[in-house]
Amino acid sequence: MSENNKHHISYGTYILVWAALIAFTSITVTIAGVSLGRYTLFIALSIAAIKSALVINIFMHIKFDEPIFKVFLGISGATLFIIFLLTFFDYIYR
Amino acid sequence: MADAVAVKNFYNQSTNKHTGILSWLLTKDHKRIGLMYMVAILTFFVVGMLIGILMRLELIAPGRTIMSAQTYNSLFTLHGVIMIFLFIIPGLPAIFGNFFLPIQIGAEDVAFPRLNLLSWYVYIVGAILVIVSLFLPGGPIDTGWTFYIPYSVRSSTNISMALFAAFVLGFSSILTGINFITTVHRLRAPGMGFFKMPLFVWATYATAWIQVIATPVIAITILLVIIERAFGVGIFDPALGGDPILFQHLFWIYSHPAVYIMILPAMGVVSEIIPTFSRRTIFGYKQIAYSSLAIAFIGYLVWAHHMFSSGMSDTARWIFSLLTFIVALPSGVKIFNWVATMYKGSIDPKPPFLWVMNFIFLFSIGGLTGLVLGSLATDIHLTDTYFVVAHFHYVMFGGTGTIFFAALHYWFPKMFGKMYNMKFARIAVVLYFIGFNMLYFPKFIMGYMGMPRRYYDYLPQFTTLQEISTIGSWILVGTIFFIFGYLFHALRKGKKATSNPWGGVTLEWHIPSPPPLENFEKIPTITHEPYDFSQLKEMKDE
Repeated sequence: MSENNKHHISYGTYILVWAALIAFTSITVTIAGVSLGRYTLFIALSIAAIKSALVINIFMHIKFDEPIFKVFLGISGATLFIIFLLTFFDYIYR
Repeated sequence: MADAVAVKNFYNQSTNKHTGILSWLLTKDHKRIGLMYMVAILTFFVVGMLIGILMRLELIAPGRTIMSAQTYNSLFTLHGVIMIFLFIIPGLPAIFGNFFLPIQIGAEDVAFPRLNLLSWYVYIVGAILVIVSLFLPGGPIDTGWTFYIPYSVRSSTNISMALFAAFVLGFSSILTGINFITTVHRLRAPGMGFFKMPLFVWATYATAWIQVIATPVIAITILLVIIERAFGVGIFDPALGGDPILFQHLFWIYSHPAVYIMILPAMGVVSEIIPTFSRRTIFGYKQIAYSSLAIAFIGYLVWAHHMFSSGMSDTARWIFSLLTFIVALPSGVKIFNWVATMYKGSIDPKPPFLWVMNFIFLFSIGGLTGLVLGSLATDIHLTDTYFVVAHFHYVMFGGTGTIFFAALHYWFPKMFGKMYNMKFARIAVVLYFIGFNMLYFPKFIMGYMGMPRRYYDYLPQFTTLQEISTIGSWILVGTIFFIFGYLFHALRKGKKATSNPWGGVTLEWHIPSPPPLENFEKIPTITHEPYDFSQLKEMKDE
């Protein structure tokens, strides 16, 4: 694993990603006060997913790591997605 | 090769400079950590069992017998919390997984030995928090182990502390899971591909994935309940605009996969014992390995079958009912493959094998009654009755509990280097079977007749069945103490065990009993399939 971590990310990229995370958080807070009806949850979850992807890929260096870790994360992410999906069968049709 | 070097073993070799108790408390050896788990987990098992027998004694006759209703409420909650969080969830992976997983893949230890020791300490801290919560002002929790909202927000008992204890215990589980996944990926001996791993390793590996993915969900849920209790935020409490069904979703998103954390390692043990005592390679190795992964995955998709009468949507109810039936398929694959392994085998009915036969019978009853509860129409009738209690105990105690004893009898000679009395062990299997069925089978009938679970009192028509159940509890508990008695006697005065008393072929049977500190003189190169019994002759020649 150590060989794969030789990839260096510039400070500029880190700051850019950090700014993007702050921006997305601001958007989340802002749209919480706007009535978007049935799309509110979808938009909030989409923004959360984008933020997670940025943190996982850049800050956690998964983008530059061995494929097996991407598989692990993929399985975890897919499981989480299915859990959300199944929960919505209750909330949407209740 | 084994017996000639049997003098040195992990009991008299330490990973640190200390001697005595300190050499254990600071050990990094996976076998010692497994045994430390064993002492702690069995202690809590005995406590949970004694609480259970007190509850049964209270129920021997209608009305008050030996305790008040509030005490009964606290005892059934404690029985559940102790048995679930402190015994069944960690039992097989933490004790036998720790001890045997590295050996079975030909490794010297787990990938992160220090993290392994930390997991044990975290478990102990969590357990101490549970105990402390009993004695602080407010008193022991009385919500049932499911902590359902809104009562768990409003109860004045020590809910927050008990919840925090479960939160801490969850970390122990996650750390163990991470350790096992990494160990399986990184430390397999040369030549041991994934499909040459013993099936106990497969099962423990699948379990580790559930531990890592599912446990954080309960951790977050627990924190939300504590925040709700402390600040009245209104996440779950309907009086504050919250959604109590959301709590049930989050609770069962973890707690149903947790059922598979409990049962999958047990299924792995069965897949070890049956080939050894049938002298025959396992039937359908790959199917059993894949079915472990399938159970681990599908186990995530069925949680809401605990909530059919909670008020969730009809669409969700039929979808979860359908998915519940699907999870029976990989379990069925395992049962059929185990039976097929025995077919035309040279069966040697030693005690570990008899325990497994016990398991197949009891677990099948538990599994099939699960289908009754998975059907929407019958579930409405049986929800929150003794039928659920009986089903749950047949699956968890008849399944995992029985296999705990099977594993103990199978690996006892390897772990301690001593043999126990075979005659006593056979008697124990029979008594256990009688006691178990007397204790739990009447609950199916009572549940069908409408006896609700968690009730302190009952109508006179249930008296006879309640009496049978209580007498069964005496036989079962007596048998368990009998087992501890002859195993303890074997520890002190038992005959010395050879390196391979049962004629097994997986790697633990290639090394001395008890194993040396780093397991192998030299890391082995794997050339055989895991259950290739043609190795036995070579092993004897060595």
